[in-house]
Formats: sequence, C-alpha cells, structure tokens
Amino acid sequence: MSAIQQVAGKLRAALGPARVITDRQELRTYECDGLAHYKVIPALVALPQDTGQVAAVVRACVDAGVPFVARGSGTGLSGGALPHADGVLIVTAQMRRIVEVAPGDERAVVEPGVINLQVTRAATPYGYYYAPDPSSQQICSIGGNVAENSGGAHCLKYGFTTNHVTGLEVVTPDGEVTRFGGRALDPPGYDLLGAFVGSEGTLGVATEVTVKLTKLPESVRTLLAAFHGTDQAGAATSAIIGAGVVPAAIEMMDALAIEAAEAAVACGYPAGAGAVLIVELDGPAAEVGAQFDEVTRLCEANGAFEIRIAADDAERALFWKGRKSAFAAVGQISPDYIVQDGVIPRTALPEVLRRIEELAAAHGVRVANVFHAGDGNLHPLVLFDDAVEGEAERAEAASGAIIDVCIEYGGSITGEHGVGADKARFMPRMFTDDDLDTMQLVRCAFDPDGLANPGKIFPTPRLCGERPGRHRGAMEHQGAEVF
Amino acid sequence: MSALDELARPAGDDDVVGGVPARLVAAPADTAEAAALIAAARELTVVIRGAATKIDWGVPPRSLDLIIDTRRLSGVVEHAAGDLITIVRAGTPLSGISLGSQVLALDGPAGATVGGTVAANTSGPRRLHYGSVRDLLIGITVVRPDGKVAKSGGRVVKNVAGYDLGKLYTGSYGTLGLITECVFRLHPRPRAAAYVRAQAPASDAARVREARAAPAAIEVDSASGELAVLLEGTPEGVRERSSALAKLIGGEVAEEPPPWWGVDPWPADGIGMKLSVPLSGVPSLVAGDDPVRGSAGTGVLYAAADGITQVERLRGLCTRLGGHAVVLTAPASSRDILDMWGPVPGLALMRRVKDQFDPARRFAPGRFVGGI
Repeated sequence: MSAIQQVAGKLRAALGPARVITDRQELRTYECDGLAHYKVIPALVALPQDTGQVAAVVRACVDAGVPFVARGSGTGLSGGALPHADGVLIVTAQMRRIVEVAPGDERAVVEPGVINLQVTRAATPYGYYYAPDPSSQQICSIGGNVAENSGGAHCLKYGFTTNHVTGLEVVTPDGEVTRFGGRALDPPGYDLLGAFVGSEGTLGVATEVTVKLTKLPESVRTLLAAFHGTDQAGAATSAIIGAGVVPAAIEMMDALAIEAAEAAVACGYPAGAGAVLIVELDGPAAEVGAQFDEVTRLCEANGAFEIRIAADDAERALFWKGRKSAFAAVGQISPDYIVQDGVIPRTALPEVLRRIEELAAAHGVRVANVFHAGDGNLHPLVLFDDAVEGEAERAEAASGAIIDVCIEYGGSITGEHGVGADKARFMPRMFTDDDLDTMQLVRCAFDPDGLANPGKIFPTPRLCGERPGRHRGAMEHQGAEVF
Repeated sequence: MSALDELARPAGDDDVVGGVPARLVAAPADTAEAAALIAAARELTVVIRGAATKIDWGVPPRSLDLIIDTRRLSGVVEHAAGDLITIVRAGTPLSGISLGSQVLALDGPAGATVGGTVAANTSGPRRLHYGSVRDLLIGITVVRPDGKVAKSGGRVVKNVAGYDLGKLYTGSYGTLGLITECVFRLHPRPRAAAYVRAQAPASDAARVREARAAPAAIEVDSASGELAVLLEGTPEGVRERSSALAKLIGGEVAEEPPPWWGVDPWPADGIGMKLSVPLSGVPSLVAGDDPVRGSAGTGVLYAAADGITQVERLRGLCTRLGGHAVVLTAPASSRDILDMWGPVPGLALMRRVKDQFDPARRFAPGRFVGGI
C-alpha cells in the first residue's frame, strides 16, 4: 500500500469518506490558488470540520511521511496554497464558525475558514470592526490571512494581520494541538504567535484565531483627487505624510489602471486623469475635519485638477470600487496579466515609477500601476497576450525586473501577497544565506521533517540538525505546470 | 590573538547579573566586531547588558563567563523622515534618539537602551495607540550564538518576505543571541496633548472607549483611585475631545499627567510584577485587594508584591480572568522561592526554538521561561 493510500484509509475513518477526496477529477478543483499559472493536482484533499480532525490529518501525514499544504479560500496570489503532487491538501473552508464576538474584550474568536468580511459584519452591531482589509476580503479566509500576514488598503494606519491577532490555536507539524497567546497581550515566553503569523503554512495549521476588534471611527472622510500624472500624485502623498497626517489609506492608480477600472466597473473617475489618489481619514470628528481640510489643500497645492469628496457611504463605496476591483478589471483591457507585489521606501516612488515605465518599454509590455502609496507597496500589473509568441516570457521578465528595482531601492519582494512558490527564488536577492538559514532554524524547531508546505518561501531547505539524511528535494513544486 | 582576547577585560565589582559575578566583559563597537567576539567566545556563557536598567529582571543566570556590553554599539544609523523609519544601533539610549517632528513611541526605564527595550519587551501607557515593540520593530540585525550575523524584515513597514525574526527576539531576554541593530517605524509627533484626570472606577475605561475619542492611553492607578486619559492630536481637536471626555467621566483636563503615570509601582529592591488580562477583567483586577497600576486600554498593568503569597494571589486572579502574570524583578532573597514566569503554554516548542539557536545553552542560561 502506498503512503497516500495509508493516509486515505486513516482519514476516511477519522473524517468520514465524504470529507476525503481522491478522485482525480474532483482533485482538479484544488490544483491552484489565486495564482493560477502554477498548477499541481494534490494526491488527496481533506476537508476537516474541527481542530481534532485537522490534527488527525496531520498525524496521518506524519506517520506516512507525506507532506501537507493548508488552504483556506484559495485566493492567495503567491502560490502559497499550491498543492504538493504527492501530498495532502488540508482545506479549512468548512471550519467557518464564529466562536465568539467579545466586544467587552475587543476580541473575536473565529475558525480559520471564516471569511475576513464576516468578522467585521459580526462585530459591527457592537460598534467594532476587523481592521485588516485585503481587497479580496469578501472571499478570503482568516486562516489564509494569518498564513500570509495579509494587509490591505488601511494598514497604513492600522497595521497588518500580525498586529491584529492576539491568540492562535495551532496544529503543529507533528500533529500536536497547541495555543499561542489568547485574549490578553504579551504572554510569557517567545512570541511564537509573531513567528507563526506570515509563515505561509510552513509552521503548522491555524485552527482557531483570536483577533482584535477595532472601534468603528466616529468619522470617516474620503476624497478622490485627480492629477495629470503620477509625479504630482506622489508629491501630494509626500506632502500629506510630511505634514504629520496619518491617513487611514492613501491609494494611487495610474492612467492605465483607471482605464481598466472604468471598463470593468464604470467607477466614473474624473476624465483625463493621469493618476488618481484616494485619501481616507478616520478618527474623532474633532480631528478628522481639520486634517481633511489640510489634505485637500495639499492635493490642490500639488496639482490636483479635480477633487471629489464623498458625500455619503454610497459615494465612498464608489471611490473604492474602482480601486478594489482594479486587479480583475485589468482583464478588460488585456487578455493576460501578472499581478506584482513589491515594496519601496515611499520617497523613492517617482524614481521607481519611471524605472518601471522604462522596463515596460524595454520589454515591450504595458504596465498598469495600482498601489498603496502611503506605504510604498506597489502592485504593478504587467499586461500581455499569451497568444502572442514570446509575450508571456517578456512579461515575466519585466515583472521580475521590477522586483529587482524594489530590492535595489531597499524595499521588499513582497508587501502582502507572500513569497509562496512564486518568489522563493527571489529570497536570496533580499537576504543572505545566513539570514535564510536563521529563519529556517525556526522551521526546524517546528517542522524538522519539512512536511508542512515544503518548497514555499525558502529556495533551499535547511537540513535540520538532528535528522540527517531526511533532506527533501530543494524545489518541491518543480513538478508544477507553469504556463 | 582572538577577538575575545582583544576585546575582553577582566570583570569588575559591578559586573554582576542577578548576584552572579562575571569573569570577563567585552564591548564590541559594531556588528562585525560583535560577530567576531561571539564566534571566539564559543566556549563561554554570556549575558548581554545595555544600560543595566533591567539587569535584575528575569532569573539569575545559571552560569556567567562573559558580559557583552552593548553601549559602544551606539547611534542612529539613519533617520529617513519621509519614510517614517529610523535605523538605530542596539546600545543607543532611547532618550538619546532625536527625531525632530517624529517620535519612536517606545517606553522603558530612564536610560534604557534600544536593545534592552526590545529584549525585555517593555512598554508604557502609549502602547494603546502606538502598539508595543512587536508593532514598531520592522527590521532587526542579530548575531547568533554561533557568531553568524542574520537580519530579517527590512526598512519598509510593509514587508512579508520571510519569517519575522524581530518578533522572536522581542522579549527573548538575550537567550537567542545579540541584537545589534533595529529598524523602527515612526509616528509624527503630535502637535498637542492633554490629560483627562478623574477619580473614577476602572470600569469607566469602557465608557471612554465607547466615546470614540481615540485616546493615546487610558491608565488606572488603584492606590489613588484615579483614571487618566491621554489625548493627542491637533490643538483644537485635543481641546474639544478632552473637554468632552472630562464631562463624560467627571474629571478635569490637565496639561501634565498624574505623578504615578508610567511609573513602576515597586520600590528599587522590591518584587515587581507585570499583569495582563482581557479588557473585561481589568475592573476586577483593579478592584482587588492588591494595588495595581497600568493600561486599562490594553489590559497590561503592573503591581508591587511583598512576598510569595501576594505574587501567587495576583497570578491566580489574572489566570482566572483569562490572562497571566510574571514577576519581572525580585530581590535576591526571594528569587529562589519565586516562580518568576508562572505557567507558560507552548513551552515545549519554545525549548525547541532555543535548541536550534543556542544548542549549548550559553546565552542567558536559565534566565527565561522554563529554565531556557
């Protein structure tokens, strides 16, 4: 009996046959996450319903020496939930219970399959919300957010998932159930919670998540400012930050991204804009009013030719609709595209945008820019037509070159999408061998056999000290079809 | 001659950690020198010392050959104001970092260094608004116990490339190696600030939160029965918000904080505790028999204890409320009988982390949880 058959037998007994998928056609549903050009059909999909079942799956994998990959909603954009061809895909989507909303503690306790936006919906009646808001918040899961340390437009002021998770229940890669933190802050000992959030499924599977709830602000003001070009919009952003204002969000879109958004959702942004900024301020009404006037003045002073101020929630939603749909919208103006995710020091924005323009021209592709301008997190969308010979390769090259520019300016290869399968090869450009080796000391402490999501984040797995000879292949996803 | 021979001097009378005298002291001047020193000191047990403001925190080391003094690892490497970040060497005193119109919102005892603040994970009243070390630290450079230099994070706030080792080193008490350089996110210095002070129960903190005034801190002090709120922002905004809050909780607006604000409640040679409970538990904690002081906005408070009975009573109360309590510092006479750290969930994994980073258990041996 093969290892996977052993696992399948155990899991049918533990989870029930309906929660164990081995049929090739059904398995195909899970062959990729949001990064659809990497595809691997897993050997088995398990659909556990509670922590005990997740632990049973992991233990069965450990006993058989079979790798496992956790997946939430499968919206990730770095191939973090790309399955392993000989492994088990643990889908947490059926664990979607909101265990408790505790406004008195400013916490909510949820299962990993709960959708991001549902946490906010559950908390709103109590005057609270869940601050991290990735653009995919209507479909992405909290478990996935924990794995990727997801951000969103409002993390400029409020921080990322890691700043909003205070407790985790985790099934570790040896199948044990353990807890890090809880509702109270600063638990004694190492901050393993901090190490776990953003570890992309390589340190175990989160089975319950305690998140901070944030008080809904008394006042929210949003403006949309249209500029002739990105230089002016960038200068306005610098002026706002320089004035000591910390907006909840500052988002920028360039002409091509605006064109795509108009084509997709008819957001009705000012005609002829070479760039738009969406600036949102929130907080006590007594502060927001004065700061909003200052932001308006700074946009005008830096060349905004039209400023619209959202009169109500509906208008605010319309401003955001164009921005939040921008990735998918690009599909309206280009048959294929690559979503890039890089970070630069915000002050380098004008120079880096020029470099991106040059790179696009040199590679013969178009690049639409959508980004979190406040914190320098760029999302260049590299447009191409796969039907044209060589264009996919040129787009891929341009996209990679953009990441090199981010590194050159002291930035990061990923601001919120994660390293996953897609960017492991870029890690050595940002980190030394010793840096990567040190990170993997943590991996070895949690997962000495390298069974948890192998092949992600690190281009070369470390041989964990006490287990010589059990070194797994360097490129675990090399069997992936890439197209 | 090895870097150890070059840099180390014989220890003096003051080179003692928790009653344990060191043999040698060395003060490297940069990361490379620190790495050479640590590589050459592979046979030695090591404790790292900054300004020694918290050197009596934690359990005394099981053994101590070498104190690594970080005070020559000093200075601001860079302050990129437009990017709202600074890069600082670990031995720099917090108070010696001047950032003009920006602030690094960290708190520690007077004179504390950046490295000590990170390693002991201290925080003050403003953590409600600004977060604590783990929220502000965006990049770190360390020397591992085997002498290898490693960094994680970077100089941009938004960054999810690789594991966040900064979080692992935050509050690690020097057990995983030497922190040499830190990158922090900064905040604009508020243009105005005011305190609202009231004789009010801790349960009024919930009313303050309901008011949506975005306070920077909400502090309580059970001995004085006071609740105090810090508001920061624009001059007009602070005026308006503070007078509304004063009305709400029946207090007065003041320019200065109350005398107990941010002050550790224990005497120099007393037992000092850090208590952490879910927010709903703060009123019971404050209403108990033991005087406590701290953040009613985050549930992190402090107490002085006069002996083991009081330590256990406070720890029991915090545990029942869903939190935990640790003894930060205790006089030499009580250390042997006190359980400084209390119960530690996840300890088995923590030991495995320690084993990976410091298999010979030479760095701060025994000072941390579970004898790590």
